[in-house]
Amino acid sequence: MIAGYLSGRSLLHRLPAGVKLIALAVLSVLIVPLDSPVLLAMALAAVLIVYSSFGRPGLRRLAQWRSLAPLLVVIFALQVWAASVEVALASVLRIAVMVLLADLVTHSTRLQDMMDALALPMRPLKRFGLDPERIALAVALVLRFVPVLLDTWRGREEAWRARSPRRPGLPLIGAFFSGALAMSDQVAEALDARGFGAPRRPRTPRKPRI
Amino acid sequence: MDNRTFETRTLVRIALIAALIAALGFVPPIYLPLAAGVPITAQSLGVMLAGLLLGARAGAAAVGLFVFVVLLGAPLLSGGRGGLGVLATPTAGFLIGYVAGGYVTGLVAERLAARNLPALATALIAAITGGILTVYAFGIPGLAMMAHISLAKAFIGTTVFVPGDLIKAVGAAVLATTVLRNWSIAAPHRP
Repeated sequence: MIAGYLSGRSLLHRLPAGVKLIALAVLSVLIVPLDSPVLLAMALAAVLIVYSSFGRPGLRRLAQWRSLAPLLVVIFALQVWAASVEVALASVLRIAVMVLLADLVTHSTRLQDMMDALALPMRPLKRFGLDPERIALAVALVLRFVPVLLDTWRGREEAWRARSPRRPGLPLIGAFFSGALAMSDQVAEALDARGFGAPRRPRTPRKPRI
Repeated sequence: MDNRTFETRTLVRIALIAALIAALGFVPPIYLPLAAGVPITAQSLGVMLAGLLLGARAGAAAVGLFVFVVLLGAPLLSGGRGGLGVLATPTAGFLIGYVAGGYVTGLVAERLAARNLPALATALIAAITGGILTVYAFGIPGLAMMAHISLAKAFIGTTVFVPGDLIKAVGAAVLATTVLRNWSIAAPHRP
């Protein structure tokens, strides 16, 4: 359910994630300083050609960025007013090119491959308590918790509606939170029971006093 | 805090709150006619809740984890956006501001709690300082930079969102105080 990845077998899909990330960084350094609307429009055309080569899923992917359109319109208007049409066009085109270019990396790379590619540059962070293994677990937990939370909420809301004509209010939200926290603690116990990252000394999270 | 890594229970709670921020992105956005169709989403409510429920450090970790998962490619930002592309959007500054906002919310809540103010007032002040002031302190310069407009214009452009954010701060404060009052029920196995 939750993935930005589009399956495929293109050259872009077969390149290692690290290479794509470095290429993206290099391209952004080249594209961001561009001021000419013509050059930026050509870059955008090139990116759009890549998208169209993915067929219908690629075009659907483009539609995902629809929500950005109103903001681009506002920026365009502000720039025309403050500077010139040329500057306004360049700004909007630059944003569009960079967003779509970066999204190409996302949609041709599995989440797991992205994690693996990042594990290497993240290794020095271990010194600051950021263990890549624990981060990977946390990411997996988030991806699993999102549908669980949505399902739990839907279930509670239906149960409420079956019993009351009123709109679900604070009691329902409070119960939802308490239930979710209890669930997360059970997951933590299950993880500890399986010997995951035994803490040097057991500590309970501090309750914020507010 | 003295030790640097999180205990497993805290780690899982961080993941839970990160997932909650993501789940709030599925709440249908409210469209303000005057904001040119830019939606007001519930997602920044989750940032305030992270700081209030988890404290500064774990709260910032939860928001950071959410942002990290989004950048990895999960389309969990409201409107189904995600991936590295969001870093190139004009609102990227707000995303970074979220992490700082989670931290400041927790920090202010912790500091004010020592002064024995009413819980709701404490939570509200913390949510406004962290979830609004801090987030905008990153978001407005980010918008100005990405969109090549002046700081003043970026500031004016974002003021339409302040009333909605104030409502969210009140919501986060009421919610957090309710949940924290029942915290012992939520954690039955505390030794």
